[in-house]
Amino acid sequence: MTGSQPVVVAEGLTKRFGAFTAVDRLDLSIAKGEVVGFIGPNGAGKSTTIRMLCGLLRPSAGRASVAGFDVGRQPEAVRAHIGYMSQKFSLYGDLTCRENLRFFAGIYRVPRQERAERTHFAITMAGLEGREDMLVRTLAGGWKQRLALGCAILHRPPVLFLDEPTSGVEPQARRRFWDLIHTLADGGVTILVSTHYMDEAEYCNRITMIDAGRLVAIGSPRELRQQGLGGQLFEIVCAPLGAALAALRQAPGVLEVDIFGDKLHVLVHEQAVAETLRPFLTEKGITADPPRSIAPSLEDVFVQLVSRRSKAPGDAGIKP
Amino acid sequence: MFERLQVMLMKEFLELRRDRWAMFRLIVPLIIQVIIYGYAATFTVNHVATAVLDLDQSQASRSLISHFVATGRFHLVDVADRQEQITHDINTGRATLAIVIHAGFAQDLNNGRSAPLQVLVDGTNSNTALIALGYVSQIVGQFQAEEMSGVPQARAGATAPAVTASLQERPWFNPGLTDRWFFIPGVIATLTLVQVVNLTSFAVVREREMGTLEQIMVSPIKPVEFILGKTLPFFLIGFADVALVTAVGVLWFQVPFVGNPLIMLLGTSLFLLAALGLGLLLSTFSRTQQQAFALNFFLVNPLFILSGFAFPIAAMPRVLQWLTLVNPLRYFLVVIRAVFLKGVGLDVLWPPLAAMTLLGVGMLTISVLRFRKSLD
Ligand SMILES: Nc1ncnc2c1ncn2[C@@H]1O[C@H](COP(=O)(O)OP(=O)(O)OP(=O)(O)O)[C@@H](O)[C@H]1O
Ligand SMILES: [Mg+2]
Repeated sequence: MTGSQPVVVAEGLTKRFGAFTAVDRLDLSIAKGEVVGFIGPNGAGKSTTIRMLCGLLRPSAGRASVAGFDVGRQPEAVRAHIGYMSQKFSLYGDLTCRENLRFFAGIYRVPRQERAERTHFAITMAGLEGREDMLVRTLAGGWKQRLALGCAILHRPPVLFLDEPTSGVEPQARRRFWDLIHTLADGGVTILVSTHYMDEAEYCNRITMIDAGRLVAIGSPRELRQQGLGGQLFEIVCAPLGAALAALRQAPGVLEVDIFGDKLHVLVHEQAVAETLRPFLTEKGITADPPRSIAPSLEDVFVQLVSRRSKAPGDAGIKP
Repeated sequence: MFERLQVMLMKEFLELRRDRWAMFRLIVPLIIQVIIYGYAATFTVNHVATAVLDLDQSQASRSLISHFVATGRFHLVDVADRQEQITHDINTGRATLAIVIHAGFAQDLNNGRSAPLQVLVDGTNSNTALIALGYVSQIVGQFQAEEMSGVPQARAGATAPAVTASLQERPWFNPGLTDRWFFIPGVIATLTLVQVVNLTSFAVVREREMGTLEQIMVSPIKPVEFILGKTLPFFLIGFADVALVTAVGVLWFQVPFVGNPLIMLLGTSLFLLAALGLGLLLSTFSRTQQQAFALNFFLVNPLFILSGFAFPIAAMPRVLQWLTLVNPLRYFLVVIRAVFLKGVGLDVLWPPLAAMTLLGVGMLTISVLRFRKSLD
């Protein structure tokens, strides 16, 4: 990470709802201008974490600071420095695009002389030219999300929290939205964005994976892919599949074997082990092609990490 | 502060304007309710179904009966000739009231003796029964007075309506004891309360449901600014409600308005403050519009019953009397009735005005304090 002060910091951040712990001792540190993806299944605690970082929810334990302000003690100051898009679309449907922008500009006290320019910027950024006077509820999903982003950045916040901004939006519009995110990050805005789409995680500088309120892993997509599995992944085309599966589970140096369609995915300690696999199978009367090294998807990594964590409770996952 | 308030207000009015049915929903039910109340809510009993058994068949007995009929309060449904017939009429509900004039009525009257007159009343509806009995004694008293001009010591007193000494009632402020005069001001207060509490709680809960509340709450806006922006429009609507319903009461139902309009203005403002406070308080306890609806529904009846609108507070059990102390409607009823009918001033009305201020400020403060928490 860079030498400058991190913009978003969480230490042991915890939120309990009654006896239920939604977010459990989460540590996080985001540098200026970084785009950090927040990944986890439904109910993992992504929204709860984001809402604590926004000063909407009080942490039950631990602390967090955003732009140098403590979220528990100075929520007002935090709010002045952030932009937030909630998971649920939340602009006024009965107001036009322009009226919504005007409303939020007023709420954030955008200086009057800058208002026209910033509103114009938001409209062009969202690609809403010609639709300024349409009622928001009549807009299609992608436009809505971009307008919401436009409203969230009217006051030029240095930090953005985007909670599943692209859910339910068609792929092309999603792509366009991510271009906007990167444009903002290039301008120095720090962004934490949660998503369900693993392909979107690839667009992030770093990814934070959480499950059941606990941090599972944090790192760049490349780091997670390389280290997340704790080995290297190979694909083998072989027959019969069942016999091969049983045999490889006993093979030395093999960590994990799974069926993927008509192939096997084999996780091995190191490259050298992979080279022994074909002879090993042939010896047992199984025909096999040479193993092919494959890059695991982030989904593979996530599933792998979660299952490993549930086998060894207390292990908070890897950290680069 | 002013800028945020301004955009809040602008947003509220834009939303109201875009809502095509808003004006209809705000005004029509109100007018309909005033009119229904104005006509239906009355303690006056007219056309009481009456059966008569005249066993005397004299000039005097016929005169008494015609006295009854002439008032319009009693409607003769049966002229019976046997006691059983009367009993049957009452039992079957054909008649609510029966008058039995025994043989010798005229004679006793002439001799200055107590003339027996029996009145039977169906007490199932105790209210109607009591009111009808009241009329009977009035009419008998009148009849007696007329007969007395000829026979000084005559008495038409009977077992039930004893009118030996006639009570001189002289109601103030409402000389005709017109129920409408008593009711309409109460109707104004009640309808306004229901409307304003409803609107306020629903408006806030709707934003909560839409998620816009959360979006606003991540901005540096202060709860006070949001709450002011959210309630000020309803304050104005509340005023319009009061003005509208008052106009209907005064112009249509001819309820007099003898008091000082400024006191009415002050009283209305403080009442609306309390109503807005109550609405906001409910909204902080409701996550969904259904919950807000349930709370409203649950509260409206107690507020109404414990206000003194129809049932005298003095007659309630002690605990319920205490409960009326936190009911803003109770205080506004005092103020609005006084302003309409009595025309008394601040020197008399300051306690209920102060109570409404206290309630309003109290509830608004609690709402503001609970506001942030309610997002959790
Ligand atoms: N106000 C609340 N009271 C009680 N429980 C809550 C509250 N808010 C969230 N939870 C619970 O906390 C857990 C985490 O919820 P959260 O919304 O943070 O998950 P998420 O990761 O955002 O999931 P999703 O992908 O579905 O948006 C869930 O089990 C949820 O039911
Ligand atoms: Mg969520």
